Amino acid sequence: MNDPIITIDGLNKTYEGGFQALTRVDLTIQRGEIFALLGPNGAGKTTLISVVCGLVNPSEGHVTVDGFDSVRDYRQARERIGLVPQELTNEAFETVWNTVSFSRGLFGKSPNPAHIEKVLKSLSLWDKRHNRLMTLSGGMKRRVLIAKALSHEPRILFLDEPTAGVDVELRRDMWNVVRGLRDDGVTIILTTHYIEEAEEMADRIGVINRGEIVLVEEKAALMKKLGSKQLTLQLHSPLAELPPSLAQDELSLTADGFELVYTYDGRQEEEGRGISTLLTQLEQAGISFKDLHTRQSSLEDIFVDLVKERS
Amino acid sequence: MNLYPVRAIYMAEMARTRRTLLQSVVSPVISTSLYFVVFGAAIGSRISEIGGVSYGAFIVPGLIMLMLLTQSVSNASFGIFFPKFSGSIYEILSAPISYLEIVVGYVGAAASKSILLGLIILGTSSFFVPLEIAHPFWMLTFLVLTAVTFSLLGFIIGIWADGFDKLQLVPLLVITPLTFLGGSFYSIDMLPPFWQSVTLANPVVYLVSGFRWSFYGISDVSLGASVAMILFFLAASLATIAWIFRTGYRLKP
Repeated sequence: MNDPIITIDGLNKTYEGGFQALTRVDLTIQRGEIFALLGPNGAGKTTLISVVCGLVNPSEGHVTVDGFDSVRDYRQARERIGLVPQELTNEAFETVWNTVSFSRGLFGKSPNPAHIEKVLKSLSLWDKRHNRLMTLSGGMKRRVLIAKALSHEPRILFLDEPTAGVDVELRRDMWNVVRGLRDDGVTIILTTHYIEEAEEMADRIGVINRGEIVLVEEKAALMKKLGSKQLTLQLHSPLAELPPSLAQDELSLTADGFELVYTYDGRQEEEGRGISTLLTQLEQAGISFKDLHTRQSSLEDIFVDLVKERS
Repeated sequence: MNLYPVRAIYMAEMARTRRTLLQSVVSPVISTSLYFVVFGAAIGSRISEIGGVSYGAFIVPGLIMLMLLTQSVSNASFGIFFPKFSGSIYEILSAPISYLEIVVGYVGAAASKSILLGLIILGTSSFFVPLEIAHPFWMLTFLVLTAVTFSLLGFIIGIWADGFDKLQLVPLLVITPLTFLGGSFYSIDMLPPFWQSVTLANPVVYLVSGFRWSFYGISDVSLGASVAMILFFLAASLATIAWIFRTGYRLKP
């Protein structure tokens, strides 16, 4: 897949006080993908989104949206983008219907009540359409922000911490909405603190730390490359020490001698010394086990390791 | 120019006026009517005519101008300040619209409200005093130009203000005193010569004078000076707004 819809080239952002929020950011977002941007607080996620959406002026560099320069051709670039901000910002006294219709007009689209109805229904907001925003719960307000961002039928949707402060049920509902949008061909870029969210939804993961893109990788490949697995074997009888034939870095014996712990990733299998080889060696050494379980490191572990490594 | 976003902003602002009818329309009409009762009827009956016009009728253009200036500034400044305050300005700034379209939407709505109020107060005043409008075209021209110009000024204040106190600062401490001292309730001929010269430094004198001329054909300064002053204000406000959007002052970091 090589059909970029957003190209970020050499982006720098230094704020007035001298704080450098982004440093030489190069990033390409492919059409139709869900891209998750991970990073600790203050890493530059929101600044990056804000520059692409026109909310913050870049100090250096260029952003191209579907072939249009985000500054020179701002109309064409921005009409393709929908933005759901991190903060629950809205006009408290407006009704749901009016505020979503307002957003459509603001983005230069003619009124289309049928589309607004479709968006509100897809977000379970239809019954609340005459309610004032101030009367809605936090989760519902978040949905309204998504509805506003979708009102003008964008091809790219930015979700800045979309499920922050949202309960589990609502979060899963939102994930379904996002997947539905992706199925309709909408490119989605989300920033999140919930690694589980990225793990669940993203096609590719980008990690940003201290204003620099540290890594961009297909999620599956990232998990394979950096995610380690652990196989724990519970032995029938304890071992005093590992037999010399089994001695290897990846294998260790617990203090009580009852458990063998094998830590591995994709490389051992490629080198012909994976789990099947280990099990054969154990049989040859006369070591039997009564139970086993495996554990795979989550994206969260990978993320924490990466950020720690670069700090 | 794409008219959909302009219409969206304009209609949203006008809807806000409808939601706050008491504050937006009823309140200024009542307070202006009180001026008529106090200055026009109670005190005015003891003041002789000015330039052949009864005192009650004489103050009508000044009162309309007082309301026009303060309401234009208040409406426009609040219109752009509130999205900044609530954070919903992100939507305006990320929309595919030009700065001109943003200004036309907000300032157009604020000016429309002020013009509407001006006409309501004009109608209300006819209940209290006999009115004549000698130059209706010029009256409307001054009404529209003043409303637009001071709405632009309000828009600038709304962007500049970083709190509600600053939002009130200019209307209360600058606009209202200048209007009171700008000949709204008197002709500057009534002042001692020294204060007459000082008053001429007050730009509002030119606006009130021109507006009053359109009613009764009497003025403190020439029509040309009044028109020049309002055009100067208009140009200065437009230049400031152009600078704000070019630099992103208090809008885009």
